[in-house]
Amino acid sequence: MIRIANGQGFWGDSLEAPLKQIRRGPLDYLTLDYLAEITMSILQKQFARDPRAGYARDFVDMVGRGARDIIDRRIRVVANAGGVNPEGCRGAVGKALARPGIKIAVVAGDNILDRLDDLIARGIQLKNLDTGAPLESVRPRVQSANVYFGGAAIADALATGAQIVITGRTTDTGLVLGPMIHEFKWKPDEWDKLAAGTIAGHTVECGAQCTGGNCQVDWQSIPNFADIGYPIVEADPDGSFVITKHAGTGGRITLASIKEQLLYELGDPHEYITPDCIADFTSIQLRQDGEDRVRFCGIRGRPATDMYKVSISYSAGFKAVGTLMYSWPDAYAKAQASDRILRERLDRLGLRFDAIRTEFGGVNACHGPLAAEPAADISEVILRVGARSQDRSVIERFTKEIAPLALNGPPTVTGFGAGRPKVEEIVAYWPALLPKTEAAPRISVEET
Amino acid sequence: MARVQLTRIAHARSGDKGDTANVGLIALRPEFYAVLSEQVTAQRVKKHFDGICLGDVERFELPNIGALNFLLHESLDGGGTLSLKADAQGKTYSAALLRMEIEVPDELLSKDPLPG
Repeated sequence: MIRIANGQGFWGDSLEAPLKQIRRGPLDYLTLDYLAEITMSILQKQFARDPRAGYARDFVDMVGRGARDIIDRRIRVVANAGGVNPEGCRGAVGKALARPGIKIAVVAGDNILDRLDDLIARGIQLKNLDTGAPLESVRPRVQSANVYFGGAAIADALATGAQIVITGRTTDTGLVLGPMIHEFKWKPDEWDKLAAGTIAGHTVECGAQCTGGNCQVDWQSIPNFADIGYPIVEADPDGSFVITKHAGTGGRITLASIKEQLLYELGDPHEYITPDCIADFTSIQLRQDGEDRVRFCGIRGRPATDMYKVSISYSAGFKAVGTLMYSWPDAYAKAQASDRILRERLDRLGLRFDAIRTEFGGVNACHGPLAAEPAADISEVILRVGARSQDRSVIERFTKEIAPLALNGPPTVTGFGAGRPKVEEIVAYWPALLPKTEAAPRISVEET
Repeated sequence: MARVQLTRIAHARSGDKGDTANVGLIALRPEFYAVLSEQVTAQRVKKHFDGICLGDVERFELPNIGALNFLLHESLDGGGTLSLKADAQGKTYSAALLRMEIEVPDELLSKDPLPG
């Protein structure tokens, strides 16, 4: 049995969670997920400004703080922290470790930004999986393009003997599956086992969201959220595994917490497609196996497809969101009136938006028309207005019409924050497929 | 028969994939799954989310964990970074679905709901 922990559900997750994982109980592997779908575009921009940047700096800091435990207890660390500069990340991690003789592997080859024109010229259209549009239609606005490699590439990197594996774009599930393939010598066509490792990865990829975080069942009684434990997979060679957490940490692992996470961001449960296999979520058998332990077995999988998924980001215009808060009396009526006044002023200015949207926090921002009418004496309502346009100047002008309402509209208004709302560039996500023959993981290992 | 909100017999979690929201609906007890499966159809969910879900609703069954998974297409104002919604990822749609009312046989409700 090997213990594989997740210590980071997304870039921005708890800085203490990975350290808790390596210090509060036994562990063989620590995995960390730093990349959301559009993180790559942010990192690509940082890299363009500074060729030493372009990776998840939080990871380097974590390694620095945890170096002693990681080295002394021989915990192997797998993180997709490399972004668009995994070699740069390796250099920084080596310095943070401050100990000679530690092997660090890098999985690269996922970045295909420089190859897009060549691929398109050869008839590989990288059509948008949702809309069917060819990439050519947004090609000048593309900011990053990365192939999702899977667990197999990570297993190859571990096979070099590296204690730390840094990847660029890999699937979240591959971070957990990779160590299993490596440790248990699973073959590339053992689909059931690969599917099991993939589902283990899916269960823990969002950190504490399977250990009580966000769990709706009896949430008030979930103990010690303040010190919530992050998940650990106790994996066996036959593909069965237990999800648990370190003793003494907060949170709760039950069938309810696990089932909720299984369904998170799930599409067709019969085919959960990764580069490693197709996993069938309808084959999962769950059993509570003691306190804070849920056992998985019976998982089935099918052969992988011959395509890699590609994550492309492109610039898609500009947006801004402004808020104003109105108090009792007539809080909702004031917020509604303010919205009408704002719209009229925007009209008079002749501003045209691709989209403009009003929500009333405290009333209907979450559930829209499903929400009941608010009480007549509702204490406060937040007016939230967002606008979107291809034209930056239109959005700039929009942001300048929010703050004046603090003085020249309905009364008892506050909550306008630090002045004008910020104009944001919209970096949109373009999912596509690439034949597997067109990309291959590039693995290199260096010693500190 | 008693008319109750789904929150009495189920829990849920939701997330996003582009402009599509997914809502997983889970029976609080195994015996509630049949009720969910029979009454919480794709059509009913589409009607429930009228004004929010502008596209189709797809439904998938996971009887092994007593759950249904719904895909609500065109529900997130473009989704991801394009969306102007406060809840651009549909994180609260799980609770929104639990507002739905369904008919549950009295004998099923006689016991206190327990997790899973």
